[in-house]
Amino acid sequence: MFMKNIMKLYTDGFKNMPRWGRTVWIIIGIKLLIFFVVMKILFFPNILNKIPTDRQKADYVLEHICDENN
Amino acid sequence: MFESFNLSLVDWSRVQFALTAMYHWLFVPLTLGLSVIIAIIETKYYKTGDETWKKLTKFWMKIFGVNFAIGVATGLILEFEFGTNWSNYSWFVGDIFGAPLAIEGIMAFFMETIFIAIMYFGWDKVSRRFHLLSTWLVALGANLSALWILVANAWMQNPVGMKFNPDTVRNEMINFWDVLFSPTAVGKFTHTVLSSFTLSAIFVVGVCAWYLIKNRHVTQSKRSMKIASIFGLISMILTIYTGDISARDVSKTQPMKFAAMEAHFHGSSSVPLKAVGIIGNVKESLKDKDKELNFYGIQLPGVLSYLTNYHFDSYVPGINDLLYGNNERGLLSVNEKIERGYLAKTNLLEYKKAVSNGDLDKIELLKADFENPAWINKYFNYFGYSSYYSENKIQQSKNAMKVVPPVSLTFYTFHIMVLLGMWFILLFILILILLKKKDNKQNESNTKEDSIQLRKYRWFLWAVLFTIPLSYIASESGWIVCEVGRQPWIIQDLMTTSQAVTHIETYPVMLTCCLFALIFTALLIADIKIIVKQIKIGMDDTPIDNKNNLKN
Repeated sequence: MFMKNIMKLYTDGFKNMPRWGRTVWIIIGIKLLIFFVVMKILFFPNILNKIPTDRQKADYVLEHICDENN
Repeated sequence: MFESFNLSLVDWSRVQFALTAMYHWLFVPLTLGLSVIIAIIETKYYKTGDETWKKLTKFWMKIFGVNFAIGVATGLILEFEFGTNWSNYSWFVGDIFGAPLAIEGIMAFFMETIFIAIMYFGWDKVSRRFHLLSTWLVALGANLSALWILVANAWMQNPVGMKFNPDTVRNEMINFWDVLFSPTAVGKFTHTVLSSFTLSAIFVVGVCAWYLIKNRHVTQSKRSMKIASIFGLISMILTIYTGDISARDVSKTQPMKFAAMEAHFHGSSSVPLKAVGIIGNVKESLKDKDKELNFYGIQLPGVLSYLTNYHFDSYVPGINDLLYGNNERGLLSVNEKIERGYLAKTNLLEYKKAVSNGDLDKIELLKADFENPAWINKYFNYFGYSSYYSENKIQQSKNAMKVVPPVSLTFYTFHIMVLLGMWFILLFILILILLKKKDNKQNESNTKEDSIQLRKYRWFLWAVLFTIPLSYIASESGWIVCEVGRQPWIIQDLMTTSQAVTHIETYPVMLTCCLFALIFTALLIADIKIIVKQIKIGMDDTPIDNKNNLKN
């Protein structure tokens, strides 16, 4: 019953949403699509994730933070 | 103004991060403060049952909703950037940065998303009491979200509660409470949140000023202005108080930033506070350590000394004292710190070599240093300075200059923030005075409640409206002081931005920087357009029947 009431709260809320509410939901959808699909995949590869072990990652970071060209 | 700025990989990465952080911060403060103002207005509705308060709550909820929806998740880009552009930092910082962010995600985000649904969809479906509780919990959740990210940021300014592990090359949290309740974290959280409350209060009074100029929603505007002005005035006074606490903390933990905030080059006693004015050529003062920096403006004698140490004649170190050292005052020179940092780095590299060679005696000997608080304090706490080491000591002395942040930018943004803060206090006081004064020559069509003198001063109402962008300038200036003033450090004294940056090609960083600028500008335009449209549509003006409002 409790869960049913909560579901009804959400469904009624979305059904009766005013125009401005629908507009911002469209913007949220587009934004999340850009952030998570386009940007995360194309522009945000984590360089350390390509290094297999934690020890190698530590060595890689150590090499760079101790690089005298910094 | 940008005296130490050339666009290399690290600078492009910094520009990119600064751009995304500053755009993100355009959305956040209004969410933090407006949520509390809405909760206060709804509390008035709960107590009085007056439908005008309910309509006001719904109107400001609409503005809050647009800003929240467009701003939400813009901070995610920053978290992506930690992995992409600052991977050395992300590794080095270990779980200290991750833990507060994870708590933010689990606790505050869920709190917001659950109760925000009740706040918007729950009118007439839940009791008035439960709806009010949900609204307050949304405000609490929003501000708790800010707590965790600000705690993480404070740790970067003042790293405490951790221990460096030479095996993993990571810092490990050893005391969560030290991280959470460090004076830097407490000062940063309270100052940032209270300044956001002030910004939101200015937003509310600014919008209401526009309604009064247009002679619309007079009763509602007056009520909103009164609440926002009292809220804003209290917040602004507390912002100054917490800013004072924060500045004193900065003077101890980040003295170079503190000196840059005041463009204070030569340490002395009875140091005046540069209240208003412009500074001379910073480059010349940096080149010649004996050259005084000219200041053209108003100074308050001894006030900087007092604000720093509660004594008008106390000593405050200047940029040159911190750069070249001052034996009399026990201040190490940057060159000395570089040597110490270099020794810590050499130890770490020796240790890693011993581990790969399986030299157990050497491992034990070197690891003991990383467990020894005295050694950590004397050497490892300057680890970041090692990146300025050079066999050529002339070159090293040149490198030492890099620990001075952009002085002019830090100085001007700090003073802009402070001066605008003073204007905000005056603004709130004037609004409250003019709201209280009745206009005896009231128009007959107005109700008694609407006959306020404030409506007569149209120039002042315009000034209130145009203070909205000023509040954003003050807020962003605060972040510039905080983040530019701490350069070149990403973690104070332990890691420079150059050490932290991921070694990737510069052009993808430039490309993504432009892309983010486009996306965030589009989001900002959408935010402003929708909010302005909703403000123009205005509040619900249908006649009110207050008779049956207290049925729940």
